[in-house]
Formats: sequence, C-alpha cells, structure tokens
Amino acid sequence: MTREAGGSAGDPRAVAAHAVEVRDFTKRFGQVTAVDGVSVDIAQGELFGFIGPDGAGKTTLFRTMVTLLVPDAGSVKVLGRDVVDDLWELRARVGYMPGRFSLYPDLSAMENLQFFASVFGTSVEAGMSIIEPIWRQLAPFAGRRAGALSGGMKQKLALCCALVHAPDILFLDEPTTGVDAVSRREFWDLLDRLRAGGLTIVVSTPYMDEAIRCDRVALMQKGKLLLVDTPQAIGDAYPRPLFAVRATDRLGTLGVLRRFPHAAAVWPFGEVVHYTDARAGMADASIIAELETFAGASGVDDLEVQAIDAGIEDAFMWHMMAQEGV
Amino acid sequence: MSALAIDARGLTRRFGDFTAVDAITFHVAQGEVFGFLGANGAGKTTAMRMLIGLLEPSSGSATVAGYDVVRDAEAVRRNIGYMSQKFSLYDDLTVQENITLYGGIYGLTNAQIAERTRKLLGRIGLEHARKELVRRIPLGWKQQLAFSVALLHQPRIIFLDEPTGGVDPITRRRFWEMIYETAATGTTVLVTTHYLDEAEYCDRLSIMVDGAIAAMGTPGEVKGAFGAASLDEVFLRLTRPGAA
Repeated sequence: MTREAGGSAGDPRAVAAHAVEVRDFTKRFGQVTAVDGVSVDIAQGELFGFIGPDGAGKTTLFRTMVTLLVPDAGSVKVLGRDVVDDLWELRARVGYMPGRFSLYPDLSAMENLQFFASVFGTSVEAGMSIIEPIWRQLAPFAGRRAGALSGGMKQKLALCCALVHAPDILFLDEPTTGVDAVSRREFWDLLDRLRAGGLTIVVSTPYMDEAIRCDRVALMQKGKLLLVDTPQAIGDAYPRPLFAVRATDRLGTLGVLRRFPHAAAVWPFGEVVHYTDARAGMADASIIAELETFAGASGVDDLEVQAIDAGIEDAFMWHMMAQEGV
Repeated sequence: MSALAIDARGLTRRFGDFTAVDAITFHVAQGEVFGFLGANGAGKTTAMRMLIGLLEPSSGSATVAGYDVVRDAEAVRRNIGYMSQKFSLYDDLTVQENITLYGGIYGLTNAQIAERTRKLLGRIGLEHARKELVRRIPLGWKQQLAFSVALLHQPRIIFLDEPTGGVDPITRRRFWEMIYETAATGTTVLVTTHYLDEAEYCDRLSIMVDGAIAAMGTPGEVKGAFGAASLDEVFLRLTRPGAA
C-alpha cells in the first residue's frame, strides 16, 4: 500500500500539504443550504472526525469529498486533487463507506468483496494484507449472504469493501450509527489500527463520545463548523466554570439550578447534572457555596458540587446555544 | 386489573432452533420510566413486539396495562402507544394530517382531535408547521411530534424504540424532559436506547444478553452489583466477557 501523497512526478500538486483542503465550500439543494461556507484542512495521516447531528451537512460534505457531488461555491481538494477536475483519478484513490448499507444483500460476503475489488481493477488477494485484521473476524461467514449478516458484521464487511483497493484516504460516513455501545468501541479500535498504518481517515458521527478517539474534530451544526480542534483543546477552551452536581432528586435539582440567577447552562449528564455558571473568572469554591445555599433554600439539601473539565458534548451544546441564541 | 403496567413471566420466543427471548421475567410499575437495554441482537425488539401484541410468545405470559398480550392483544394495542425511530409518521402527509389519521385510528372524535392537536402543537411549539409535510420538518421536531402522536389516545403505557437517534445533544435532552413530563402524569414509559448516559435517567432498567435479562434494577443498583463506575462499564462486561 503506498502512503506517499503524490501521484505523477513533476506535478507541482503531487505532494499535497494536506490530505483534504476545503475552502469556503457551499452546497445548496433547492431552498436548503446543506453546507454553508465551510473551510477546513485535514493533515496526512490524521484521524479526523466531523461530529454533529442529522441535518448538520456531514453527508453532503462527505459526498463532495468523494467526488459524488459538485460544490456550488468554493473548492474541495483531496490528496491535492480537485474533486471536480480530477474526479477519475481521485475515485481510484479514495475509499468511501457511505452511511446507508452499501453492499449487495444477495451476494455472499466474499462475493461482495470480490465485486468491489474488481471494480477497482484489483483482487481480493492483492488487498488482503490491508483488510486482513478485519476480514479475519468475518472469514467464518464468508459464504453467508451479506443481507443475513448481523449489524456489526455488515459494518465490518462494508469497511473491507472500502479498503480492498488500498486507498490513500478513507472516508467513513456515520459508520457506527445505530450500533450498540460495545460494537462502536470495537469499530474504533479497528480505525486506530488503520491509522497506525499511516492511513488518513475522515469519519463522521452523531455520537459525541466518539470524538475523543479522533486526533482532531470539527463540530458541525446546520451546515456550519462551530469549532475545529483537538478534543482536549475543545474541552480546555470551555469559556465558563463548569460543575458536576449530584443530588438524590436529579430532576428537582435541574429545576432548582435553572432558577439560580447566575446559571448559564444546566443539562442532565447521565447520573449528574452539568451546571455552567455565567460568571467567568469567579472562584470555584464561592460558586459551590452559593449553589449549596440556594439549593438548600429550595429544599434540596444533599447537593454535592464538584468543579470539572468540560468534554466535547458540553462544548458542543455551549456553541450551539451561542449560534442559535437558544 | 393489575396495578403493574407490565408483568412478564417466563416470556419466551423461539424462531426455529434459535431462542431470541429466553424466559424473561420482569415487571414495570405504573408511572415508571423503564430502560430496556441490550446489544444489537440481544432480543430487545422481539421482546417488545410480544409486549405490544404483535408477536405471540412461544411460552410464558405477559400482561400489559392489565391485559393478556395473547388473549387480549386488541385491548393491549388500544391501551399502549408505540414510537420507533424507523417508523412512526407518514413523511408524505402534513403534520395535521398525521395527527388526524392517528386520532381516527384510535377512534377519537373530530372535536377531541381538534382539541388535542391544539394542545400537542402548543406543547412542542410546532403550531406554525401544521401544514408542512412531515418530511420537511427537522428530525428533532419529528421525534417530538411522533412521541406526542403516540400519546394522542392517552395510553397508559408508551413504548419508545430508540427514540433519540441522530439528533443533537440539546434536542436529545429536551426529548428526555418530555419523557419525564409524561411519566409525571402517571403514564408508564418503556424505552430502548444505545446512549448509556440516557439509561441513567431511567427509574429502573434491564440489560438483555443473548435473550435473557442479565442485570436489572435502578441505575445505582446495577452499577453497585457489578462494582462498576458507569453503566457503560457494566454493559461492556456483560456483552463482551473477557474484554474488560
């Protein structure tokens, strides 16, 4: 598998600085602007995630990056090649796993793999060194109709089919949607191994907890990028003091905290409530003392408050509120 | 009539040699929010289909809203609401047409439909979209609308099958607040989800593994029983023994 960025010698674009360069990219469908002036660079060898809900524009962006859609404005380059001008060259070099089930249900697992290999002018044998770690788990079901595989196995087969031609970059559009928590974790373990081999991977997901597995992420909402950075930096940049609040009556606590005059954001987070104070720069201890007093006066007397670091989901909601004025 | 919203005893379903649901016994009290968890293929959907009277058990029994799911399947279906991510509303009908259609199916009068439409759209802030085709409204709204429509006939129990897939984290939390408001009125909620943080919002939950219930209790009890810090950890240990 070649990992050099370039193609033909002498082409000034052959060694691309970035695996993906998106510049002011806009795509409309009728009245709807699906992607609205997005710019982002993805480095060679990066595992890069687009995180956002349905309708954020992730799929439109992915379809454009893999040359299936043409920008209305702006430009998109992949491996230094323009997705419009150089589409035939690019198509041979990108791997793409669409969000919807993309296999032939009436063909066996092996037949699907053979089909995708032949479309790209290669063979399963030639691609085996790349897909072997994944295919190993599928091999016992090689003869089974793809339509009769379990969800997790279908997903692994689709990944094999996207990789069998040894692409230089892999695009995965919501590979884990609807998959249970443990299978999702296993899928990300596979992506880690592919990335360790030097492959550039671009992945989208609606699951905030998956962001942590990426080198960098772009938070996407309503066709725009809210933020692009490492997961750590996104958490670190949270602009206000954040606390985890625990009390027996979690719902009652939600209501009480929302009535606190300095509350900026109050959301349930699993077994705790995340409380963001509107006052930047105030000492954590003073905020905690004020909260305990306020809650006590409202009849919640077992409040435990702890200052915490923000995660991706906190940051996403904060920027969403800022964008929409929620 | 049983005081329990759901009372399942030894509920079993086999497909040929395969036992999809293996003698599950559990109950859900009226007004409870019960999380029904499990990996893909663990048997959740099969169990749910038996509980809503769409699939006959191979053995065992269950009552839902006090009615036997086999003998009184019709009464069960009249007394429950059901919402799933995959099928709930008709995309090619407007918001109003969907409400009217479901109201009609559940035998509501035109006056009842008009009254409940007004309340429903007011509650979720969708009055302006009454004449929009459902396929044109955002997913988050669609989910809230589907949930409200499933409650239109004021069922005693509502079954929610992965109701929050694909939405942003704020919309997901707002949906759960609707679940709580509904439970506070005495309606029982049984919900499946792949978001384990959501499972923490349930009064009680069960985790199915290979057709059987492998853990059940309040979120605190379940974590305590496994000495685990999070439900995520419990889930991993149950579904991939040896991996954790």
